[in-house]
Amino acid sequence: MNQSISAAEELAALTAHDASCRLAEGTVSSVQLTQLMLDRIAASQNNAFITVNPKALEEAAAADARRQKGEARGPLDGIPMALKDNISTQGLRTTCASRMLAEFVPPYSATVARRLSEAGCVLLGKLNMDEFAMGSTSENSYFGPVRNPRDPQRIAGGSSGGSAAAVAENLAYFTLGSDTGGSVRQPAAMCGVMGMKPTYGRISRYGVVAFASSLDQIGPITKDAQDCALVLNAIAGKDLYDGSSLVNPLPDYLDALKDGAAGLRIGIPKEYMGEGISEEVRMAVERMAGLLEAQGAIVETCSLPRTEYALSAYYVISSAEACSNLGRYDGVKYGYRTQAYANLAEMIEKTRSEGFGDEVKRRILLGTYTLSAGYFDAYYKRAQQARTLIMEDFRKVFHQYDVLLTPTSPVTAWTLGQKHANPLEIYAMDVCTVSVNVAGLPALSLPCGTDSQGLPIGAQFIANTLGEAVLLRAAAAAEKGGRA
Amino acid sequence: MTITIETVQHIAHLAKLQLSETEMFRLADEMEKIVGFADKLSELDIEGVKPTTHAVAVQNVLRDDELKPSYDREKILQNAPERDAACFLVPKVVE
Repeated sequence: MNQSISAAEELAALTAHDASCRLAEGTVSSVQLTQLMLDRIAASQNNAFITVNPKALEEAAAADARRQKGEARGPLDGIPMALKDNISTQGLRTTCASRMLAEFVPPYSATVARRLSEAGCVLLGKLNMDEFAMGSTSENSYFGPVRNPRDPQRIAGGSSGGSAAAVAENLAYFTLGSDTGGSVRQPAAMCGVMGMKPTYGRISRYGVVAFASSLDQIGPITKDAQDCALVLNAIAGKDLYDGSSLVNPLPDYLDALKDGAAGLRIGIPKEYMGEGISEEVRMAVERMAGLLEAQGAIVETCSLPRTEYALSAYYVISSAEACSNLGRYDGVKYGYRTQAYANLAEMIEKTRSEGFGDEVKRRILLGTYTLSAGYFDAYYKRAQQARTLIMEDFRKVFHQYDVLLTPTSPVTAWTLGQKHANPLEIYAMDVCTVSVNVAGLPALSLPCGTDSQGLPIGAQFIANTLGEAVLLRAAAAAEKGGRA
Repeated sequence: MTITIETVQHIAHLAKLQLSETEMFRLADEMEKIVGFADKLSELDIEGVKPTTHAVAVQNVLRDDELKPSYDREKILQNAPERDAACFLVPKVVE
């Protein structure tokens, strides 16, 4: 490899905070970083991007001009990043990886997109995903599956597969994904990067295409804990346009990184380490627990007895809410419309049948079924009651522990197409992540080694409501332990 | 719980989806498995347990009803599959 190529590789592999230092020193410009990312995106074979922003270099030039005038906006000014394609971007198509929205150009930007833009970030483009964020593999995309940069024959995880793959392949310094049942954390685990799902309501969802409104949350995917804190600082907080966003005061998340593991009380819920969890994954998580213990953390086994009901409750609640949210796609005001129809009813039915993919149809039907006359009490209401019990379990253990430590996914990335025949088998893979959404809690996935095939393993920290800072504290300590 | 073809047909109608016969058979089978999986919830003792709709309770959020500029009509209509002047165009719905 010649020197200029390896210098470019090194520049691309920087964390966002290191790239930010280079920008501040003046040893590199935002235009250079952006051009580097655009070249890499063009050369990549992993299908992480659906759309590249034609104005990226223009935005980068504006960031460089600000800096030259001494008006740089902060640590993210000039940093190239990308957004999952269910986050609306004014003037740049936002497809949700669906035929239904393949040509949709939003008339406004999501609050998170606007906040990052105001922080000076350069938008590189929009990232591939499972259609309408429904899936755990990023294979359910109208634009084709995402490939895992660690092994292109394998899934990148999902639904934010493009967001995780882009960070892992150094195609963006960080990305945003959305997490309804693990969709930020699981792909982050499978691609070997960090992903956080903050507390329900911590980040505005205005302008993010709704999947399951009582579970959805936006989250950053980054190369380390410091970058995660930087992005959270830029996007978290109350938004007048999202009634569910929380008013609670915001800490400076960077402060949490310094605290170290000493005295940190870590619980390992036994229900997350038993049957169904691969031996290699379990051992990697235990190894991480050992590293933290060596730094002074207190590690104990605990129990969340109602865990086994979380998956059923999750699929009932999320599908019910999805079928309601997706009722709006009727081919009238925006999106796909079928070509030939005799009347309005036929137009709507054909539009929806041609516009949605298989998995989306499956969830709409499941949701419609569980909400239909005679079944509401047995499914939807019962799932919401299970939700109360699952939250109670968490509330109890958080009296004793600052964070919980679990695997993010029971297995590492599987081969593309391997589980197509049985949707239920894929649903079962969400077992470690869904209870967090059901309870509205914050959680973070970080790399904790690789399996015998060299595939990344993810460990998950879960904290109590608004405990993002303690998640970052634990993650920063775990990173340090890994390097020592 | 058995999911029959008739059930799938009925549900698809409610959900405004048209399914081919092949899709209908496949979905009846898949839904039966998925609903069977959701039936796990019936094991739970939920006597007297209150349902949770949102994990983080937020009260009604109110604001003053002030007049503010909204989105430009022309921009909104640009995404319309079919339009006529300032209207979304749909097939005739009244005779």
